[in-house]
Amino acid sequence: MDALTSQKVTFKVFRFNEETDYLPYYNTYTLDVTHEEVVLDILNRIKWDHDGSLSYRRSCRHGICGVCSIKVNGKAILACKSRLFDLINVFGTELVIEPLSTKRAIKDLIIDKKDFWDKHAEAKPFLTGEIEETPQSEHLVSPHDAEKLLEADYCIQCGACHYSCPAVAINEQFMGPAAFAAAYRFSADVRDESALERLHIVNEEASGVWDCVKCMECAEACPKEVNPIEKITKLHNMIFEANIAKNNVATRHAVGFAHSIAKHGLLDEGELVRYSEGNIGVLKHVPVALKMFTKGKIILPWNMPKSDKLDEIQKLIKSSSTVKF
Amino acid sequence: MKELKYALFTGCTAKESTPEQMMSTLAVAKKLGIELVELTEASCCGASHLQDYDDFLSLVLNARNIAYAEMHGLTMVTICNTCQLNTSMTKHRLDHNAALKAKVNEKLAEVGLEYKGTSQITHFLYAIIDDFGLDKIKEMVVKPLSQFNIAPFYGCHNIRPSELQNESHKAHENPYNPTSLDDLIIACGGMSVDYVEKNKCCGFHAELQAPHTAAVLTGNAVAGAMDANADWMVTPCPLCHLKLDTQTHHASIAIGREVSLPVLHMQQMVGLALGCTSAELGLKHHVTKVNFI
Repeated sequence: MDALTSQKVTFKVFRFNEETDYLPYYNTYTLDVTHEEVVLDILNRIKWDHDGSLSYRRSCRHGICGVCSIKVNGKAILACKSRLFDLINVFGTELVIEPLSTKRAIKDLIIDKKDFWDKHAEAKPFLTGEIEETPQSEHLVSPHDAEKLLEADYCIQCGACHYSCPAVAINEQFMGPAAFAAAYRFSADVRDESALERLHIVNEEASGVWDCVKCMECAEACPKEVNPIEKITKLHNMIFEANIAKNNVATRHAVGFAHSIAKHGLLDEGELVRYSEGNIGVLKHVPVALKMFTKGKIILPWNMPKSDKLDEIQKLIKSSSTVKF
Repeated sequence: MKELKYALFTGCTAKESTPEQMMSTLAVAKKLGIELVELTEASCCGASHLQDYDDFLSLVLNARNIAYAEMHGLTMVTICNTCQLNTSMTKHRLDHNAALKAKVNEKLAEVGLEYKGTSQITHFLYAIIDDFGLDKIKEMVVKPLSQFNIAPFYGCHNIRPSELQNESHKAHENPYNPTSLDDLIIACGGMSVDYVEKNKCCGFHAELQAPHTAAVLTGNAVAGAMDANADWMVTPCPLCHLKLDTQTHHASIAIGREVSLPVLHMQQMVGLALGCTSAELGLKHHVTKVNFI
C-alpha cells in the first residue's frame, strides 16, 4: 500500500467562455489530493468549493459514457477513470487541466465535438442488412465471429484518440482514428452488408486512411484499449483485398516496399519515391535530392546494396504474399 | 562486467541516406567496447507501410530477420525507431499467438529457418542506457557538451505504443513524459531543453501521401526546439533525422516561418562527448550544416 495517502497538488485549469472571453486563461488551485481520488473528484471539488462557474461534462462516472474526456499535461484521459496518483507519478505535482482541444473550447473544459460526430457519422457506424420483419430466431454471432471485431466495439466515442491525432489537427478533412475504428467495427461484423461502401469512404485521399501519419498516438490515448491504428491497418488490408485500391501515390508507396524488397532485400529509397510519385511527380523531389546527393546521401542505382541470401527473401515473397495490386 | 554483444539490424537508411548513422554507430560501439554482429541477411522491415499492403508477408520477413539474430543467440539491436517498432511488434504478435507463429514458421521452414522467440529486441539508445549504463557513459565523457542546449526528439516508434515498447525497455518510459534521451544528453554533459514537440510526430511516414500534414509537423518540431532556445536537436531515429535535417525548406513554407536547426543522431552526440572525430561521426553528411564543431 502507498505510504503516502495524500499529497499537495497544483492544478492549472484552462478557462474560457466563448461568449465573453477574447483569450483563454488559466486558474490555479492548490489542493490536497488523496490516493483514491480521480480527476473528476478534483473538478467537482473545484466547482463545488471554489468556483461554481467551472464548466465540464460529466455523466456516468464509470468510464462508459465517454463525455468527461479531457487532457492532463497533454495526455487525453477520462476524468472519471484516471487516478491522481497515477498522473502525479508521470507528471509530478503540477498538473495542467485542459479541454481535449483548446481551439474547440466553448466553455472551460467543454468543447464543440461537432467535427468528431460528423466524421464518425461519415463512417456509417451502424449495421445494415436485409432483415425479416418477423424473424423466427435471433441473429446470433458466434464467439469466433465476435473476435473479428478485435474489440473495436469497446469504443465509447470519447474523442481521446481523435483529439490526440496530429493528422486531424492539421488536415480538417481527415476522418480520424475513432471514425476509422468505427468503420472497421461495422465492416468486420458478419451481420453487416455495407463493408464495401465503407471501404470506399475510407479509401478517399485526404479524408481516408492513407493520410494517417503512423504516430501511434491513438493507440496510446484510447482509454478503452481499442487500438485504432490496428484497425487502420486492417482497413488498408481490406481495401487491397477488396481490389478497390486506387492507383495513386499512397497505394504505390505501400506496394513499392514489396517490389523493392523483392529486388534488393533492402528498400531502394530513390526508386520507392519514383515509383510512388510517378516519373513526373518525382520531379518535385529533385531539389532536395540534389542537396542530399552532394552530402553523400543518395545511392546511385548501380551501387544499391543488397541483403545477403536474397534468394531466401525472394522465395518467401513468392510463397507468402497474400494480395496482388 | 561481461562484454556486451548484440546482433545489429541496421535497417535500410543506414546503408543509404544516412551513412553518418552507420559510421557513428560503429564508432560509438567501438569506444564503449560493445560488439555488434551485423545481420547482413536482414531485409527491410517494411517501415510501417508494407503491412498495410500485405500484413502476413511483413510478418514473415520480420520473423526471418529475428530468426537470424536468434541463430547468433544474441539480442537484436536496432538503430531505427521504425525498425524497432515493426520488429518488436512482429515478435509480440508471434509470441502471443501460437497459431500465427506456426503459420509464419511454415513459410520460414521453406528456407530452412525457424522463428523461436528467443531473442530480445532493443533500440541502441536503450542498449546504451539500460545495458551499458548512463553512469559509465558519464565517466567516459572526455568532451562534455556543456556549452550546448540540446533538444531531444524521441520519435514516435520508440515510445508508442508504450505497452509494447516497455516489453523491451528495462527502465519504463512514459510516452507523455519520456526521459531516456534527456538523461543521455545530461550524461554527455549537455543541457536538455524541454519543449512540447519532443515526443510528437515528425511527419516522415506521411511525407509522400500527405505532404502538407508532414511539412507542418516537421515545422512545428523544429520551431518548438528553436523557441526553447536549443542549439541543436538530437534523435535516435534516422527517419526523424531525414525529415528534420533535409525537409526544413518545405516545413518553413508550410508553417510560414523560417525554421532550421542542426540535427544529430543520438550516436553522433554520444560520439562527440566520447571524443570521436567529426570524420568518424560523418558530420559532413548532413544537409543542415553542423556548424558548431
